[in-house]
Amino acid sequence: MSTVDTILSARGLGKRYRRRWALTDCTLDIPAGHVTGLVGPNGAGKTTLLNLAAGLLAPTTGTIEVCGGRPAAGPDQLAKVGYVAQDTPTYPGLSVRDHLELGARLNPRWDAALARNRIDRLGLDLSQKAGRLSGGQRAQLALTLGLAKRPELLLLDEPVASLDPLARREFLQGLMEAVAEHGFSVVLSSHLVADLERVCDHLLVLVDSRVRVTGQVDELLATHHRLTGPRRDPASLPAGQRVVSASSTDVQSTLVVRTDGPILDPAWAVGALSLEDVVLAYLSPAEVGRPTLEVAR
Amino acid sequence: MIWLSWRQLRIQAAAAAVGVAAAAIVLAVTGPRIAGLTGNIFDQLTNTDRWLYSAGIVVLAVAPALLGAFLGAPLVARELEAGTHRLAWTQSVTRGRWLATKLGLALVTAAATMGVLALAVTWWADPLDAAQSDTRGSLPSRITPVAFDMRGIVPVAYGVFAVALGVAVGAVVRRSVAAMAITLAVYVFVTVAVPIWVRPHLIPPVRQTVALGNDTIDGITMHGDGPTPPVTVSAHTVDPADWVLSNTTLDPSGRAIDRLPSWFEQCIPPPPSPAADQQRQAAAARGSLDACLKRLSDEGYRQQLVYQPASRFWSLQWAETGVFAVASGLLAWFSFWWVRRRVT
Repeated sequence: MSTVDTILSARGLGKRYRRRWALTDCTLDIPAGHVTGLVGPNGAGKTTLLNLAAGLLAPTTGTIEVCGGRPAAGPDQLAKVGYVAQDTPTYPGLSVRDHLELGARLNPRWDAALARNRIDRLGLDLSQKAGRLSGGQRAQLALTLGLAKRPELLLLDEPVASLDPLARREFLQGLMEAVAEHGFSVVLSSHLVADLERVCDHLLVLVDSRVRVTGQVDELLATHHRLTGPRRDPASLPAGQRVVSASSTDVQSTLVVRTDGPILDPAWAVGALSLEDVVLAYLSPAEVGRPTLEVAR
Repeated sequence: MIWLSWRQLRIQAAAAAVGVAAAAIVLAVTGPRIAGLTGNIFDQLTNTDRWLYSAGIVVLAVAPALLGAFLGAPLVARELEAGTHRLAWTQSVTRGRWLATKLGLALVTAAATMGVLALAVTWWADPLDAAQSDTRGSLPSRITPVAFDMRGIVPVAYGVFAVALGVAVGAVVRRSVAAMAITLAVYVFVTVAVPIWVRPHLIPPVRQTVALGNDTIDGITMHGDGPTPPVTVSAHTVDPADWVLSNTTLDPSGRAIDRLPSWFEQCIPPPPSPAADQQRQAAAARGSLDACLKRLSDEGYRQQLVYQPASRFWSLQWAETGVFAVASGLLAWFSFWWVRRRVT
């Protein structure tokens, strides 16, 4: 199923914890060579999907492949995938130096120079215990471990969620520099679309473990429009214009539509959308009684 | 992986090493005096010696429990609790190797700790264990439950078992403190249950029926203070160091009875009173007691002894070590299966 161009591919993937399904029937392909943002509301299965991709979880149903193999199938497969888990876990009792030593001893492709340079640049004290680092420093240390492993695919699960805006910017900047230098694929989950807009060139919106929309960020921005005009039934739009979300007052309708062509109807005031607007349009529940979500699929 | 495991384990290992060294020094200082004693050495023991004998038992009883709780239980549980397993399991090392290294190192540490402690205590107590004496100065024989656990090789098996138990419990429970408590509770239960229900049957015990007489009688017990309290007798085996499992009187038809016939209760002399002339009273009592026992034997009463001879000490040590080794192996296998398949 997977081709060389697909770095992560899931088919009918499902994961159940005792009686609760955290992910059901998830089918998706993530192309190689991109920084892919994984967005979705809480409970959409983002963390479960990333844990499955990292091999921390085993699927209950379906299959998942990363870098052309089953996750965590062996040391070689593990070496191909880096993972910065949620809350960026590190060993509180081990120093920064110990963590670098750990990375060097447990990873055959370890890039010691990269690790040391990053730590120096960040100004981290090598003898500092990880438990005494700030949240941002700890996240940077975890990212350093993930980068110096020199993976083909780096998975990051909400890495900046707990960071202040400055630390968040520094973290993402560091990530972008490394991607530019070493050219590996990244899948990054976040519920902060503004952060994703800065770093991602590919987007995947997951709702109820289904892919709601996926595509290149600039293409998504170019094909989505906000239409504002006198109230009308969204079903009366011309073919080729798919309604993503709609809201109406008594006199006015506001629609988010996806279309490859231009908007010709002069009744509409056409507005541009930010990536956040596009994502929110896909996440927001439809207006009462409107089958717009069906249309969007 | 060994580097990381050792880095995580070294504080506990250092604590164990300090404890072992302290115990070994104390025993090494006091041991030679006991080894040099001649004659009835039990009469020459000082209070310090007796205290050390008990302390050795306590230390060897507590050490495996501590190893299980502080070395075994947090081994996997703390990683799962802190989420650091997500860091460890996404390096280029499989989960199986991760656990094998950590568990292996912990087991070696436990075995070494218990091995040195047991060797030191066994060496220290060897002159006492080897001495022949009817009363043994009230110290237990080395084959009887409390002392048996603190000699030879079984302490090593206990240490290994406790750690394997702690790791398995920790992997399932996923909380360090809860895993420590459960490990302690289960371990204490096992150490109490094994001498009662398992060890006596590791080798079929010897059954022996002896005639009651002055040379075999061990004691006469009156149960209660009433006018005619029930009376039982107990006998002893040839070697007073044997581990007697049961000591019952059989009536002429061969059935076990829990009180002797009522005439015997009248026959035996009353307990000596402090006012009377002790020596004369004792001689008279002995004479009449012999007559009572003779009548008991003549009527067909016998004493049945079930016991493990003191000579089986090492056979029982090996057998029990085997049992704990198998149990530890099963727990380790379970931990691997659980961590690889179930921890998700």
